[in-house]
Amino acid sequence: MATITIREALNQALREELARDETVFLMGEEVAEYDGAYKVSRGLLHEFGPRRVIDTPITELGFAGLGVGAAMAGLRPIIEFMTFNFSILATDQIINSAAKMLYMSGGQINIPIVFRGPGGSAFQVSSQHSQALESWYAYFPGLKVVMPSTPADAKGLLKSAIRDDDPVVFIEQERMYGNKGEVPDDPDFTIPLGVADVKREGTDVTIVARSLMVPLALKAAEALEQQGVSCEVIDPRTIRPLDIDTIVESVKKTNRVVLAEESHPICGVNAEISSEIMERAFDYLDAPVKRVSGADVPMPYAKNLENLAIPDVERIVAAVREVAYLD
Amino acid sequence: MATKVIMPKLSPTMEEGQISRWLKKEGDKVSMGEPLAEIDTDKATMEMQALANGVLRKILINEGQPAPLGQIIAVIGEPNEDISSLLAEAPAAAPKPEQKKPEPEQPAPAPAPPQPKVAAAAAAGTGGDGRQPQAATSDSARLIVSPLAARMAAEAGLDLRSLQGSGPGGRIIKRDIEVALSQPKTSPAPAAFPRAVEPGRFPQAAASGYRDEPASEIRKTIAKRLVTSLGPVPHFFLTTEIEMDRAAEMRRGINALDPELKISINDVIIKVAAAALIQHPEVNASFQEKFVRYYEHADIGVAVAIEEGLITPVVRSADQKSLSEIAAEVRELAERARSRKLKPEEYTGATFSISNLGMFGIDEFTAVINPPEGAILAVGAMSAKPVVRDNEVIVRQMMRVTMSCDHRVIDGATGAKFLQTFKKILENPLYLVV
Repeated sequence: MATITIREALNQALREELARDETVFLMGEEVAEYDGAYKVSRGLLHEFGPRRVIDTPITELGFAGLGVGAAMAGLRPIIEFMTFNFSILATDQIINSAAKMLYMSGGQINIPIVFRGPGGSAFQVSSQHSQALESWYAYFPGLKVVMPSTPADAKGLLKSAIRDDDPVVFIEQERMYGNKGEVPDDPDFTIPLGVADVKREGTDVTIVARSLMVPLALKAAEALEQQGVSCEVIDPRTIRPLDIDTIVESVKKTNRVVLAEESHPICGVNAEISSEIMERAFDYLDAPVKRVSGADVPMPYAKNLENLAIPDVERIVAAVREVAYLD
Repeated sequence: MATKVIMPKLSPTMEEGQISRWLKKEGDKVSMGEPLAEIDTDKATMEMQALANGVLRKILINEGQPAPLGQIIAVIGEPNEDISSLLAEAPAAAPKPEQKKPEPEQPAPAPAPPQPKVAAAAAAGTGGDGRQPQAATSDSARLIVSPLAARMAAEAGLDLRSLQGSGPGGRIIKRDIEVALSQPKTSPAPAAFPRAVEPGRFPQAAASGYRDEPASEIRKTIAKRLVTSLGPVPHFFLTTEIEMDRAAEMRRGINALDPELKISINDVIIKVAAAALIQHPEVNASFQEKFVRYYEHADIGVAVAIEEGLITPVVRSADQKSLSEIAAEVRELAERARSRKLKPEEYTGATFSISNLGMFGIDEFTAVINPPEGAILAVGAMSAKPVVRDNEVIVRQMMRVTMSCDHRVIDGATGAKFLQTFKKILENPLYLVV
């Protein structure tokens, strides 16, 4: 197994799927000549040519719509948003066209498209360019929503997303492109959508974390082990469909759960997970479900305030200690 | 974070407790489950265990002082932790006894400014999402329990009200159930105590099973009428005189076989009463307003005089126990009753009681029923008396017993038939083995 970055893992997934299936193509702002704003598509124009790797104007609604049309016509588009902040402009195509077409066509027209790009908090780019939007997309039936936290997950899940016959919103974390990890060499390595991963086994408290929160949760678990608390860290990896069974089974074992996310708390994904846990594992809870979320404010620009707005290891540790009745 | 130690509910009827003795000093390390203090309840002296790890930082109620249920009596915390916010919740030290209403927590020394707790929690970084950390509930009457702990208690048959919650606001959580379940069912018996039976066979804490039957209209009318005449438990009394020679002889015989057994006449009376109760279930019963409860077993309360008054430890399922078991159990229970070490479940829930003042030379007396039991048997002294048998005057060991009956459930004839059986067996104890 090679140790590579998430950026390289995504690049491998794109390259392998472009090579594997000629109906797959990549389209977005700066994806071709510039190798991608975050260099995820490095070398792909050179390798697959301008018919398969296409630069677009700055028109998110337009090229998202082109992608949906191409998918209806039988192609497998990968639409890159320079960041998911700009996907907001394309939501009519994502939500009203891509998500609903299969239903509204009576099952005749499926949309095998991937909308991908960086999301979540970035470094000091302020309120409009630093936000987590997964709960928006996870809200709509018809969309699948994927958020990898490791290079292996990024590669395996992106390949599955491209091969999936339904529209998939694939959110990469902007701060995590450089994170390294081992990735299997097998060119056919994929990870099924909708399956959570137990990143660390434990017995006392379950921490559910996704995307940027996974490495923080693992660090918190390490710190807590020194304090005699054994944490199980679960990464759902796919937000919709959500593998709630794995989470509930873990909560039944540990009786306590902390849900970490960088998004705002109100109507966040963890509000949904919390409700599911309450419905399915009520009699197993020894403490209220505890959420650790991003601050309920627009992301500040100032470094010190930005740090306060995003959950950190200390806050996760404090939440775990609270549900474990240690403080 | 520092934890409040509150006055726990250690008996079903307890409203306040008095610190008999602190087993730890301020500054001592304590760990969860360790005995922290001895508390005098209304019935017994009981050990209170620590429900947190740390150092006993502050004792707020001194030995000999009382505190109502739920009142903070000490603080456990880290050695250098700031516990001033918890201390602020404590009532002013040395509470004046005369104005001791069991106030529902938060006695206000002065109109307290907004809970310092919230500020502290926010500073610790737990309130960053704009929601406040849980506010400690001040409703001490409401039982707060985690869903898991509730389920565990239900499965283990634990009474949640007998537990002290160690979670925030006194929430009963998993570890409280685990601590409760890890406690030995019976306290260790004194080593000097000679055992005729293996220890596992008594005292079962489980009370007798029962069946409830709707109270008939006539039952209800009798109950209603008699209560207006005699008070809530309308007593009537039945007296009989019993020839005790054979019972005394049997007792001597058994004790001669094994002097260790030390069976008393009272043990024989308990055994015979239990046997008679099983034959007369209508006496082994309790009036419960809407229905009459008939018990499966004879759980016999044995009145024991102690310095402070009277307590009736219960011999469970006396109908199923041998004389030697009953003797050993009564002795052990009475001993612990005198040192006030009985647990609440050991002195409540009898189906019938026996009070014996024979050792004080009392010939005959009436006893007061301990509700909701249906009857109590008052036993007088055994003494040699002239009696007429076959037209001849001879000397016999005679003993008078008087049964007080709750007329709402037991009628004259019912009680008389029971006493007849009781007398028959006691005069011919061979019936016990027939």
